[in-house]
Amino acid sequence: MSQVVGKPVARPRAAQAPAPRARGFGPPPRRLPDRRVLTRLVWFVVMLAFTAFFVVPVIWLLIAPTKTDHQLVFEGPFTFGSFRTFLHTWDALYSFQAHEILKWLENSAWYSVVGVALALLCAVPAGYGLALTEFAGRRVLLSITLLVMIMPASALVLPLFLELNVVHLENSGWSVALPFGFFPFGVYLAYIFFSSTIPKELLAAARVDGAGEWGVFLRIALPLARPVVALVGFFAFVSDWTNFFLPYVMFYSDRRYPLPVGLEYLVSQTSAFNPVVGANSPVLRPELAMAALVAIAPVFIVFLFAQRALVTGMLAGATKE
Amino acid sequence: MAQTISLPAPGPAKRRAGRGRAGGRHRAGYAFVSIYLVLLVLFGVVPTVYALYLAFTKENKPWHWAGLSNFLNTGHDFRFVPAFEHIAIYLAIWLGALVVLVLFLALLLHGGVRRLVPAFRFLFYLPGALAGSAAVIVWAFMFDPELSPWHFALSSIFHFSAFPQVIAPGHLPLIFAIIAFWTGAGGWIVVMNGALNNISDELIDSAKIDGANALQLALRVKLPLIKRWVVYMLILAFAAGTQLIVEPTLVASASLGMVSPFWSPNQLAYYLATYNGNFNYAAAISVDLLFVGLMAAALLVFRSKMFELE
Repeated sequence: MSQVVGKPVARPRAAQAPAPRARGFGPPPRRLPDRRVLTRLVWFVVMLAFTAFFVVPVIWLLIAPTKTDHQLVFEGPFTFGSFRTFLHTWDALYSFQAHEILKWLENSAWYSVVGVALALLCAVPAGYGLALTEFAGRRVLLSITLLVMIMPASALVLPLFLELNVVHLENSGWSVALPFGFFPFGVYLAYIFFSSTIPKELLAAARVDGAGEWGVFLRIALPLARPVVALVGFFAFVSDWTNFFLPYVMFYSDRRYPLPVGLEYLVSQTSAFNPVVGANSPVLRPELAMAALVAIAPVFIVFLFAQRALVTGMLAGATKE
Repeated sequence: MAQTISLPAPGPAKRRAGRGRAGGRHRAGYAFVSIYLVLLVLFGVVPTVYALYLAFTKENKPWHWAGLSNFLNTGHDFRFVPAFEHIAIYLAIWLGALVVLVLFLALLLHGGVRRLVPAFRFLFYLPGALAGSAAVIVWAFMFDPELSPWHFALSSIFHFSAFPQVIAPGHLPLIFAIIAFWTGAGGWIVVMNGALNNISDELIDSAKIDGANALQLALRVKLPLIKRWVVYMLILAFAAGTQLIVEPTLVASASLGMVSPFWSPNQLAYYLATYNGNFNYAAAISVDLLFVGLMAAALLVFRSKMFELE
């Protein structure tokens, strides 16, 4: 709002400049800035409308657990309930199948942590190797990396399930955590980083000074690579934490679920959407909203504090013009 | 392993002849990519090859060549064609909305009040944090006329009084497209905004001097310059869209059997593998989908010049 109010300060200058040209014909000069204000107003209104579409559901979700199911239906959608109801909602969710929500949280954490650690361990040296060393098959490996990176990861989920069935790893946490480590996008990010920021001459100089290949990597490249470690870690974490299909396929026991699959289980086991199912279950709509909040909280917080990393990563392709 | 054992004699000789360092660097190169290579083989190559093997062999008969019969049988399954039809309608809506609205919003952002751009861009992007099942749950609430903030629109304009009416089978492609747009569009707006920021200021200024107004500037100057990003977006969104799984699975759970549990091809493949225990049929559909995803990726990598391999 302040921008619209603040605009007139700049207006006189804009109005003075074209005035000599406009004299004699067309609309009087003062109309011009008015039209500009109008355009700006329209712009602002359109932007606000789309912002409403994107943000209203998020706000609604943040408020929902502070109300009872009855309040959700009969009170305005954006009225705040109470903090006490919020705690009560948590208690009800917590009591679902002997605090299974905590088990899911714990599962999510361990699958993601192992997945991210493995992704970093694999992507950073691989990106370095692809960008700054020579070996037969390097170009082929790079092409394959791009292909697998662009191909949706879910295309490999059922084949992975069929494969891990043979070695009886299905329903084990490793069947999810280990494939999480395979993160071609991270390899590509690291490759872009090393090929665009570290000059080959620097490494050559280190080699002349007698550093071995691993010494060069560990003592020169790795300390410079902190930004890309953070970036790969961030994207791996978001993709692992929100992954639904892989754990959904791999686990048949609900004690193994991570949060995204746990949410689906909650929907199917409670009366939140199906009045017929689980009539005496403690989980109603506010509890379901609360579970969704728990599920998104880590990613949401990371999003709020890592905006810059996000934009950089999304534009990673663009740096390779 | 075989090479290192069979070639001990020429190795040291060559190395002494001055190629030692390069040879060492070669080996170091392999060492750097080794962990990645292991994961690529275990979780990329082997599952693909195994799925191909299953898709072309007979059920419960290892190494019995089945020809195309698994593909034909799944293709004739009464659920197969509808599943692909659902996806096709969904993709048409989703890709159409993506092109029109993402470009509209990105151009609007780029031509608008500079100081506000980062804030709007972030707010558009925020729902990306809810990607996956949380987004479906949120939108299940948004589409429930009982408690939706858009209660008025749902009940007065569209005359829905209950959630099951909203998720009638005919509405699902549109609903899934809205959810996908809500979580995914912001990311693409960021990308398009970045591409637009790469356009040189001189070019835009000279177009302005030539008398282009904001609309002409957007459509005749900016749009052609970011065309390849639009192609990039469309191919990626297409590939991802064919894999639809979270949305139909959750809606099927929330609808108590009203929505078919094999709405999308991935659901059908999952169902065939787990409930029917027919891994060969499941593999055949996976291979269908894998093929589509791989073709889209190949198109982008080798045809679009989006990625330089050097």
